[in-house]
Amino acid sequence: MEQYDVIVVGAGVVGSGVARELARRKGRFLVVERAPDVCEGTSKANSAIIHAGFDAEPGTMKAKMNVKGNRMMDQLSEELDIPFKRVGAFVVCFAKEELPKLQELYDRGVKNGVTGMRLLTGEEARALEPNLSEEVEGALLAETSGIVCPFELTLGMAESASKNGVEFSFDTEVTGLERQGEDWVLHTSKGDLEARAVVNAAGVYADWLHNLVCEKKLHITPRRGEYCLLDRTAGGHVSRTVFQLPGKYGKGVLVSPTVHGNLLLGPTAKDIEEKEDTATTAAGLAEVLEKSALGVKNIPARQVITSFSGLRAHEDGDDFVLGESAPGFFDAAGIESPGLTSAPAIGEYLAELIGEKLGLPENPDFDPIRKGVPKLKEMEPEQRAEMIRENPAYGQIVCRCEEVSQGEILDAIHGILGAKTLDGVKRRTRAGMGRCQAGFCSPRVMDLLSKELGLDLTQVRKSGNQAQIVLEKTRGEDQA
Amino acid sequence: MKHDIVIIGGGPAGLAAAEAARESGAQDVLILEREPELGGILNQCIHSGFGLHTFKEELTGPEYAARFIEKAEQLEIPHWLSTTVVDLSRQGDSLFVTCVSRERGLQVVEAGAVVLAMGCRERPRGALNIPGTRPAGIFSAGTAQRLVNLEGYLPGREVVILGSGDIGLIMARRMTLEGAKVKCVAELMPYSGGLKRNIVQCLDDYGIPLKLSHTVIDIQGKERVTGVTIAQVDEHMKPIPGTEEQIPCDTLLLSVGLIPENELSKAVGVELSPVTNGPKVNESLETSIPGVFACGNVLHVHDLVDYVSEEAEQAGRHAAAFVAAGGREQAAEELPVKPEGAARYTVPVTISPQRMEDQVVIRFRVGRNIRKGVVKVYADDKLLYSRKRPVMAPGEMEQVVFQKAWLAGGETVIRVVAEEEEAQ
Amino acid sequence: MAVIELTCISCPLGCPLKVETDQAGQVVRVTGNTCKRGELYGKKEVTAPERMVASTVKVEGGSAPLVSVRTQGPIPKGKIWDCMADIRRAVVKAPVKLGDVVVENAGGTGVDVIATKTVD
Repeated sequence: MEQYDVIVVGAGVVGSGVARELARRKGRFLVVERAPDVCEGTSKANSAIIHAGFDAEPGTMKAKMNVKGNRMMDQLSEELDIPFKRVGAFVVCFAKEELPKLQELYDRGVKNGVTGMRLLTGEEARALEPNLSEEVEGALLAETSGIVCPFELTLGMAESASKNGVEFSFDTEVTGLERQGEDWVLHTSKGDLEARAVVNAAGVYADWLHNLVCEKKLHITPRRGEYCLLDRTAGGHVSRTVFQLPGKYGKGVLVSPTVHGNLLLGPTAKDIEEKEDTATTAAGLAEVLEKSALGVKNIPARQVITSFSGLRAHEDGDDFVLGESAPGFFDAAGIESPGLTSAPAIGEYLAELIGEKLGLPENPDFDPIRKGVPKLKEMEPEQRAEMIRENPAYGQIVCRCEEVSQGEILDAIHGILGAKTLDGVKRRTRAGMGRCQAGFCSPRVMDLLSKELGLDLTQVRKSGNQAQIVLEKTRGEDQA
Repeated sequence: MKHDIVIIGGGPAGLAAAEAARESGAQDVLILEREPELGGILNQCIHSGFGLHTFKEELTGPEYAARFIEKAEQLEIPHWLSTTVVDLSRQGDSLFVTCVSRERGLQVVEAGAVVLAMGCRERPRGALNIPGTRPAGIFSAGTAQRLVNLEGYLPGREVVILGSGDIGLIMARRMTLEGAKVKCVAELMPYSGGLKRNIVQCLDDYGIPLKLSHTVIDIQGKERVTGVTIAQVDEHMKPIPGTEEQIPCDTLLLSVGLIPENELSKAVGVELSPVTNGPKVNESLETSIPGVFACGNVLHVHDLVDYVSEEAEQAGRHAAAFVAAGGREQAAEELPVKPEGAARYTVPVTISPQRMEDQVVIRFRVGRNIRKGVVKVYADDKLLYSRKRPVMAPGEMEQVVFQKAWLAGGETVIRVVAEEEEAQ
Repeated sequence: MAVIELTCISCPLGCPLKVETDQAGQVVRVTGNTCKRGELYGKKEVTAPERMVASTVKVEGGSAPLVSVRTQGPIPKGKIWDCMADIRRAVVKAPVKLGDVVVENAGGTGVDVIATKTVD
């Protein structure tokens, strides 16, 4: 049985955050992940917001981790070579009588240590953000709010961890956990593994894993949120994230630019039974379009290029569950919003606790720098020309909508934690994320995956193991 | 580097434009094509039915393309293959085409004139906002066509097709011939946008039901499609409760419309029509930017490739004339061309009586099915032309050959009216 | 004696045709058509319907794995599957030129299947 100092269960944004922070220490670390790639669960589909931190109740873990995570983001995005923009956010309200609630948010923000907040009248807010609805009576402006790409943040931290020696095992589902002496034995679909400490970053399944070994039980409700993503032509419709203050029209949805220049609308919030039901619904998508129009006017709804839904792991206690819940068993459970923002801080916090508990020495070789797949489209012509001179594959465009070259796709496939599926390539390079939604490039990307990974085209998958794309060869398999 | 005429796209439109430009005297014509071969989408359209109009023969897509490719080779028109244009810009009166390729790296080509011939793309699932899961097994019909016809792989065994456009119908037959079971074709509208001939020969021949006024309201399956739910829609295209039918299948093909591919046109500032999503052009097929011409599916989605070739020849000739004249001939008047009645749009949107040749083809489509119809052209209130059309359908392009001789001078607007005969 | 209902495909009009036949299967009358072409189509479609078949054939040693093909002319509708069976079995060696016969007498129809593209 393989033995590790720490095994992290889950390669979402939290698991990857913990892994990267563990890598600052010496030891043998492993991340196990059920899916074939990082960021396949709750981390994948969310609002992609780095929250300022005025929302959470002062004193809660959510408040602490949020504010700290937000502050870490500048340096982290720099080190990991990932997009992050501090675009700022508005919380808008639609009635005079709701103005005190904006003040409450402001006060809470101050208590949580949030800086850069201002209360504005509707007029003032519209002067800054002309497409805000005429119905907006007042707004809280939070300048430290930002946007990221959830996948790139997760992959960046995971690849940084991997580069510094953390092992990753994908397609590895945890089936059980048992105490054996001072250590833990983790049963997985790929066999048993032994660890001195286990980190529970299992997303919507974190209650199941926790309840296997802890006295005090947890209960996580998957809360589904549906989103619509609009074409880049709509990306400049707002320049900041626009939240609606819960009130007159219910909970409200946000309208936000994304780091890739699209416009994001959503989410709805619906508690569901099944832990993997990420189907979208006609009612949900209608609600997103309807509600987003309340805060922001003239949203070009015809520019929707895709819709999706994500699950948030809501724990009954309404706060993050962080820390050592059983000896050597460390929880990062109930990580719902602002989990994306908090992940780097959670990583730091848990790695610190684990490091102390296991007496892990500092890793003097830790290299915080990780390079992502280059983005030729965003380069100046001279730099782009130079890149193509060095590697002609950067001159061959495979995805025409997002202008992704063959070189970038090969980089993604051969990255530290390389892409193995169509979705893996898409998330690393944006090939297939544009307005034609992979209609044009998917056969070409499939060809590249098949050649580079030595697979037959029928073995190339969209994401999971059953997600076969083409089913059989039409001509003469036997004669080949 | 400078070329007189740069043609963006080496499909049927780009080839015909290049050849016409060369034959009109332009010596320095360059075609930029992103694929490793010329011919564009015709290469994967292996079914027959092309060229009846142009060659009086029933050719397949590759054969139709081959005729133009041979001619381009005879004329020795240079073409850069596997070359993607990433930007089109204008500085002063000069046009600059930025392209990248493996072979030549990043190149900025100055162009005396540019012909936009980038074609169109398929509308994806997202544009329809179909609810449900997001598994493998959802393809646009053209993607499936490529996988089957060029790569030799079957994307699915049990198939539902949404949309009865011609590509959807053609793929219903193609998948059936390759051993798949096509369970039905659902069409949102109460009529099919495809050719009658395709409904008979692609669906009826194989017993594939066409469900008009139906749409897909849910997609099931976690990793691979396991089924879809279709429902009948009312006159407002809303699903009617109680008409839902769940159909087990592993594949959903979408044939729900084509959108002209105008990202480069937008980049250079070409004005687009909200109806066609293609450039607004004058009688010379010239866009709002002098020296930038457009033709084929990037201008408006065509029903037959024959008309693409015809239109592209005009664009090529006008581009050659533009270069020879050293710019656009100033015209005293630009008469707007207005679609009326069931006519949804016209190409061109303006005609200059001074600049126009003896005749200009006005192409348009209607927005609904019309039986016993008539097409009329007026200059202001004066009837210039009237012709009965027994049937007009949204799926088919209409055209009027507008004669210079019809104009006496002093007109302010040209109106193209498509309507029922009794409407008058 | 039977009445067969068809949609005419001669033009976009798509007339609903009724083709009446006698005991011997001979066409007695075509109704519902608006022109002569409709009548001819109705007769042909009921007595000897024909179709073009287009598909692909496997290529060995070529720049592409497949070459697109079609029947040189229309074949009897009832022979489509026999023709496809021959096409599926066929293998050609590169180079294949546009117009080359790749399957002779496909499905016993007497009609050859030709390449519609050149694959080197």
